Amino acid sequence: MNHKLLRPVFKIPYVIWVALFVIAPIALIVYYSFLDLTGNFTLNNYKTFFTSIYFKLTLSSFWYAFLITFFSLLISYPTAYFLTKTKHSQLWLLLIIIPSWINLLLKTYAFIGIFGLYGPVNAFLEVSGIGTKQILFTDFSFVFVSVYIFIPFMILPIFNALDKLNPTLIDASYDLGANAWTTFRRVIWPLTINGVKSGVQVVFIPALSLFMITRLIAGNKVITLGTAIEQQFLVTQNWGMGSTIAVFLILFMFIIMLLTSGRERGAVRNGKAR
Amino acid sequence: MEKLGKLPKLYLTVVFIILYTPISYLIFYSFNSGGGMSNFEAFTFEHYAAVFEDTRLLVILINTIVVALLSALISTTIGVLGAIGILLMRNKKLQKTVLSLNNILIVSPDVIIGASFLILFTLIGVKLGFASVLISHVAFSIPIVVIMVLPKLKEMSPTLIDAALDLGATKRDVLTRVIIPFIKPGILAGFFLALTYSLDDFAVTFFVTGNGFSTLSVEIYSMARTGITLTINALSGLIFLVTMLLVVGYYFINQKTKSVLKGGSK
Amino acid sequence: MKEIIRGSLLIFIVSIGLLLFNMKLNAGTSSASKDTITVYNWGEYIDPQLLKKFEQDTGIKVVYETFDSNEGMMSKIEQGGTAYDISMPSEYMIEMMVEKDLLLPIDYEKIPNAKNIDPYFLNLSFDPMNTYSLPYFWGTLGIAYNASLLDGQTFESWDDLWNPTLAQQIVLVDSARESIGMSLNSLGYSLNSTKLEELEEATEKLKMLIPNVKAIIGDEVTQLMINEEAAVSLTWSGQAADMMSENENIDYIVPEEGSNLWFDNMVIPRTAKNIEGAHAFINFMLAADVAAANADYVGYATPNAAALSLMDKEVVGDERFYPDEASRDHLEVYRNLGLDMLGHYNELFLTFKMNLN
Repeated sequence: MNHKLLRPVFKIPYVIWVALFVIAPIALIVYYSFLDLTGNFTLNNYKTFFTSIYFKLTLSSFWYAFLITFFSLLISYPTAYFLTKTKHSQLWLLLIIIPSWINLLLKTYAFIGIFGLYGPVNAFLEVSGIGTKQILFTDFSFVFVSVYIFIPFMILPIFNALDKLNPTLIDASYDLGANAWTTFRRVIWPLTINGVKSGVQVVFIPALSLFMITRLIAGNKVITLGTAIEQQFLVTQNWGMGSTIAVFLILFMFIIMLLTSGRERGAVRNGKAR
Repeated sequence: MEKLGKLPKLYLTVVFIILYTPISYLIFYSFNSGGGMSNFEAFTFEHYAAVFEDTRLLVILINTIVVALLSALISTTIGVLGAIGILLMRNKKLQKTVLSLNNILIVSPDVIIGASFLILFTLIGVKLGFASVLISHVAFSIPIVVIMVLPKLKEMSPTLIDAALDLGATKRDVLTRVIIPFIKPGILAGFFLALTYSLDDFAVTFFVTGNGFSTLSVEIYSMARTGITLTINALSGLIFLVTMLLVVGYYFINQKTKSVLKGGSK
Repeated sequence: MKEIIRGSLLIFIVSIGLLLFNMKLNAGTSSASKDTITVYNWGEYIDPQLLKKFEQDTGIKVVYETFDSNEGMMSKIEQGGTAYDISMPSEYMIEMMVEKDLLLPIDYEKIPNAKNIDPYFLNLSFDPMNTYSLPYFWGTLGIAYNASLLDGQTFESWDDLWNPTLAQQIVLVDSARESIGMSLNSLGYSLNSTKLEELEEATEKLKMLIPNVKAIIGDEVTQLMINEEAAVSLTWSGQAADMMSENENIDYIVPEEGSNLWFDNMVIPRTAKNIEGAHAFINFMLAADVAAANADYVGYATPNAAALSLMDKEVVGDERFYPDEASRDHLEVYRNLGLDMLGHYNELFLTFKMNLN
């Protein structure tokens, strides 16, 4: 590709953004992570991070982020696929995004009502003979609401990848005797892998630092690194410890990016080579 | 275009029902004459009347919309140019680093972004208020735009651009006539998700706002202690209705003009 | 490309139009005077009619901003960049803010209405002599419960929470000071204890409560109790009042072992630009009729003795929200224990929370 296509002037805003709003804040976070409560230099925050509490928190953050990403993908992929086949697909796609424009706290309150003992879901369970269940404050409700929040972010990139998929490729695959599964695995999936990867990134990464939902929907039965950071900043006012946890979150993110981009080249090559 | 089977239709219906259930729920209670989102007592429009009497709330609503629209617009512009820049990088290591840097604001909890932006703004001397909120929203929306645009850019085959250049197209033409139209779905996705980010943000806005400027999220969160009033439900209902009308209306008007221009349906 | 440019232009024009419209709306609400004060308060924590009345009476325009946590509010004031003339922090926060030199002393010459405040609520430990603050609302921490869900069971002491019949019924507050403080109180210790062994004991006792804990949440507890989702909750009196006005099965008690007495107070932050106006505002809010109207609207207990006589006898006579002096003597105000101790409380509480699941 022609590397001089974009005049440097056009890159300047992005570069300024990276410098001012990414590098500068990170520098600040790293700096704070070496400060104790009284503002003196210390390594204690890092020591504290390697205690069992934070290890457990890290594990549970990753586990839930994984679950949320997995179910988001599981629901979003078919949704995106079917959407591309509808008549007014662009309109339907917009209708997927619109609910995300209503305030999240309000929607969460609505979920508290919906999942409540006297809410519509339990009323339905009661009628269908299953009986009232405690839904709020469980892993299920936590993952459900999180997936609810994240699916538009997953559907959009996958839809974009699927939308321009050349139908002749799929026909060709069938003509060559491939069944639906093989066609999906060998033709469709490799061609949409970039979209899926974008989706996974914008779901998994923020899911690591989810916090409000952990309290409202999970009743603190799920605690993540995001919760811990929020507490350190807003309750304990220990910005040092909060920053240290954030440093680790950023490190984890870098590792994830490294792993996914390593896979990418292979996948693209496979896709392109067909 | 092939038709959807029954099962896929059912699947999509379920997805849409789930997406719209919480919103229907809170709109339903906006007509409740009782105090909260439970025990529906009697039907009333009083909360809708209250929305229009509360000028402060209307001012805040308009602030919120303006910040969302402008920040999405600006961040999309910067993000798209940034994404093209990233893709054109020759140094693959640098490219990976920039991509990771790009995602830092997504992984950082809002509290941290808010606090560090606040420190940044007071250091530089930006007056807290509309400008600082707008700049912050642009800042935290850029990464999502980049992530949405990149897969589309990667899909584009380099030969396409080379061919265009060989045929005598200027660089500018290539950008505006080849690249941008091709990645348009990614640009739109980035724009709409940037809107989502902006409308949903509470913590960052809380930290960087000041001098009487406020957004709906800040207002709603700070009501939590004494209870969120149904006026907010009514307001959300109105926002939802207007957005729906705008989106659906715009879509069909657009469709019509398009089909007229093309002389038929596609 | 054309479409994108057209769309962008449209968005731009709409935004500018909305901004202009907003300026007009803003101008419509403000009086001609350039004199303004910025009030920084919790959301829905003042009667908006009173703000209008203040503007009419004094000609000072009120700019109103809201916060959702004491700590967030302090960070903003500490960092500067804004000019808040009035803020309403809770009592422990005042000690922290004084320590950080973030408050201006109040000039009592300009606040004749200060005499309206019940002397019982003055000269308290968090601000002796009331140099920096005057109380705005006050209340207690206690147990809200729904007897109809509990076969008529009632509560008198904290220890009742540990009753095995309450399995999976209790909602705790997501706050270390409240939850551990409650446990400390139940053991007969002070809720301001800094003795590590007492804290240890309290945390151990709190762990025994786990089978009864349904969830640990924040302000949403009000909605949960109203919906009869939970039967018992650790709750501030203000929220208990909200619950009781929506669901008559709910009752509220302050346990006999003692509990927390809290205050939200009016202060003048160091960032204030209009100190004169801030004093005028405090004085206005302390006028008997204004304080009474405000207490009516917010539903919390007012410390304004002169206002009480103007209010509904039934409200003011309610022992649960206006306890008499004898029962108030069991109550303690939170002291600022220092950030180290606060960190320790939070660590204990975090470990407790991680044992929940």
